[in-house]
Amino acid sequence: MYVTTPSLPGGTRAVPATVIGLGIVSLVTDASAEMVTAILPLYLVYGLGLGYLQLGLLDGLYTGATALLRLGGGHLADRWGRPKAVAVAGYGISALTKLAFPLVGASAAGIGATIAADRVGKGIRTAPRDAMITAATPPETLGRAFGVHRALDTAGALIGPLIAFALITLVAGGYDTVFVTSFCLGAIAVLILIFFVDVPGARPAVPIAVREGVRLLLRPELRRICLAAGLLGLLTVGDMFLFLAVQRSAGLPSELLPLLPLGTALTFMVAAIPVGRLADRLGRRRVFLAGHALLIGAYGFVAVGGAGWWVAGAALLLHGIFYAATDGVLMAQAGPLLPAELRASGLAVVQTVQALARSLGAVGFGFAAQAFALTWAFTGYAVALAAALGLLTLRAAR
Amino acid sequence: MNKRHVGIALIVALVLGGAGYVTWRALPSTEAQAAPLDLTRPGTLIAVSTTDQRVRQTAPSGTAGTGPACQRSYAAAGTLICLRSALPMGFQAAIFDREMVLRKTIDLWGTPSRARVSPSGRLVAWTVFHSGDSYLRDGEFSTIAGVYDLSTGEHYGSLEDFSATINGVIVRMDEHVNYWGITFAADDRTFYATMALAGRTWLVRGDLVARTLVAIGTDVECPSLSPDGTRIAYKKRVAGGWRLHVAPLAGFSVTGSAPSVALAEVLSVDDQPAWADETTVAYGVNGAIYAVPADGSGAPTLLRSASSSPSFP
Repeated sequence: MYVTTPSLPGGTRAVPATVIGLGIVSLVTDASAEMVTAILPLYLVYGLGLGYLQLGLLDGLYTGATALLRLGGGHLADRWGRPKAVAVAGYGISALTKLAFPLVGASAAGIGATIAADRVGKGIRTAPRDAMITAATPPETLGRAFGVHRALDTAGALIGPLIAFALITLVAGGYDTVFVTSFCLGAIAVLILIFFVDVPGARPAVPIAVREGVRLLLRPELRRICLAAGLLGLLTVGDMFLFLAVQRSAGLPSELLPLLPLGTALTFMVAAIPVGRLADRLGRRRVFLAGHALLIGAYGFVAVGGAGWWVAGAALLLHGIFYAATDGVLMAQAGPLLPAELRASGLAVVQTVQALARSLGAVGFGFAAQAFALTWAFTGYAVALAAALGLLTLRAAR
Repeated sequence: MNKRHVGIALIVALVLGGAGYVTWRALPSTEAQAAPLDLTRPGTLIAVSTTDQRVRQTAPSGTAGTGPACQRSYAAAGTLICLRSALPMGFQAAIFDREMVLRKTIDLWGTPSRARVSPSGRLVAWTVFHSGDSYLRDGEFSTIAGVYDLSTGEHYGSLEDFSATINGVIVRMDEHVNYWGITFAADDRTFYATMALAGRTWLVRGDLVARTLVAIGTDVECPSLSPDGTRIAYKKRVAGGWRLHVAPLAGFSVTGSAPSVALAEVLSVDDQPAWADETTVAYGVNGAIYAVPADGSGAPTLLRSASSSPSFP
């Protein structure tokens, strides 16, 4: 199973089978996960009769920090020299939690624990998976490899809710069919990973102290990446804010709000591979920064507003390409700089810095939006992000 | 058999197992075809069964009819509104007439929350919520409340498009305002609903013709107008959740609290109550439907277990 791309400098190159395999595992897993996410509020309120108040608490738990677990997963993958085993455990835990939902019934504590276990699974598998993609791919085509992986991943996230809604519409009150189907998909993804994804030879286990992962931050090239990702992440507005602002400033009916994330996701899916290839050719750092420049454009459209569909479409297009230029590209940029034996830990550090910075940025924006009008808050973030980009570009030029 | 064959065999087993389970659950149940709903039969309770999500009508003598599968429903004067999931991935309001013929479907953009029909059966209302836009803080939901007029075909998509005032001050369009829990007056023009703004909730009186909303009270959620149009039953936020209250409509003001009575239910009730008659209020709590006297006396009585969304045609 090879995807070939012609006429790259250096001749025809294939995306490694390992990357395609991991992409398909992510596709099936994301479909499995997102089908549950899509019906969870409905299940809790109408299947179990929980009130919205409890739902809100669980919602907070669901979006809670997986940062520490991510670092743990990366560390274990390096320590044992077996990223695939850690990833299998992560995917496996998440698959099993789908069967736990019907078993714990209406117990809020049980549901909370199930959701937490699912997040544990997601947290520990991410860094080993990205380390496997890095290990399997020649450094010069890493951008494209991550692009292929993220495109497949996003496709799964788009398919999942469709399956879930088909099931509960077909079987009235059939939340159990959603959980069973989600479990089957999750388990199939684990089987694909175990039986069909070959990863480059496992290394012998090396005793790595946690401190060595932390010491990675002392390496100047990694520190630079973390600083850039962190600074820009702090100035990134939360997705829901952007969608809400797009709807308001473009004057779209509020009923369309749930559809706006689809615009971003579809753009991300389509753009991930070409933007990844562009990153290989032009430089990943440059594309990563350019992605944030596009985000400034999106904020600009929101702040200026007007013109309905046209403005909304432009903002979502820029937002989707921003994701394509920053999500996998950052991993492609960091991967080759890391020593093989500390790669999963290092990628986990970078991901965590970015994720924490973005959450802080989203919270900060929340305060800004409450203090000022939404459009002014966007204008302020756009100016700050432009200043940060200017600073980073100057630093690079020196 | 090599390793890959083992993998293929296991994957095929999972596909077949999952498909088999879904097929088995999708097969129509073997219970005899029950009678349809009678949306004008007094003395009955129409509610959604939580075991199979079908709308069921019960008379004091037992089950009287079975209807469509819904997440939330409400029936009055020969009209049934049924909020349910719809393909490809969304929800709809399905509106049935007294012959139980599907008359209209309206796409909804969020998870069903509240449903109501005006006393004449002419207007229907819904509230849906998005968990995704809880951007202020966790547990705060964005809601969309809309109204449809069956006689004119007018679709009042969202109350956010109405002009709202508190004490004569216009609520700005860019403020984060939420509406939910519509209840109708007998004139098919006036309605009441909850407005949430800046962490407070208000009782608003709406006018469908003028497209206006005026705040007339505070601390009211999910209002329900009594059949005689003089009192509001509602849930009021208290420590640990919500308590059902009833207050005279004339007693509300935007500057003080209404002279309300707390109803005898001590559990937290997160539901829009429905008046069973002039003296009794019904509601769903803990997966069952109960009723209490509207004057604060007495105690809750169980009307139907394993049910939600009460209405009294």
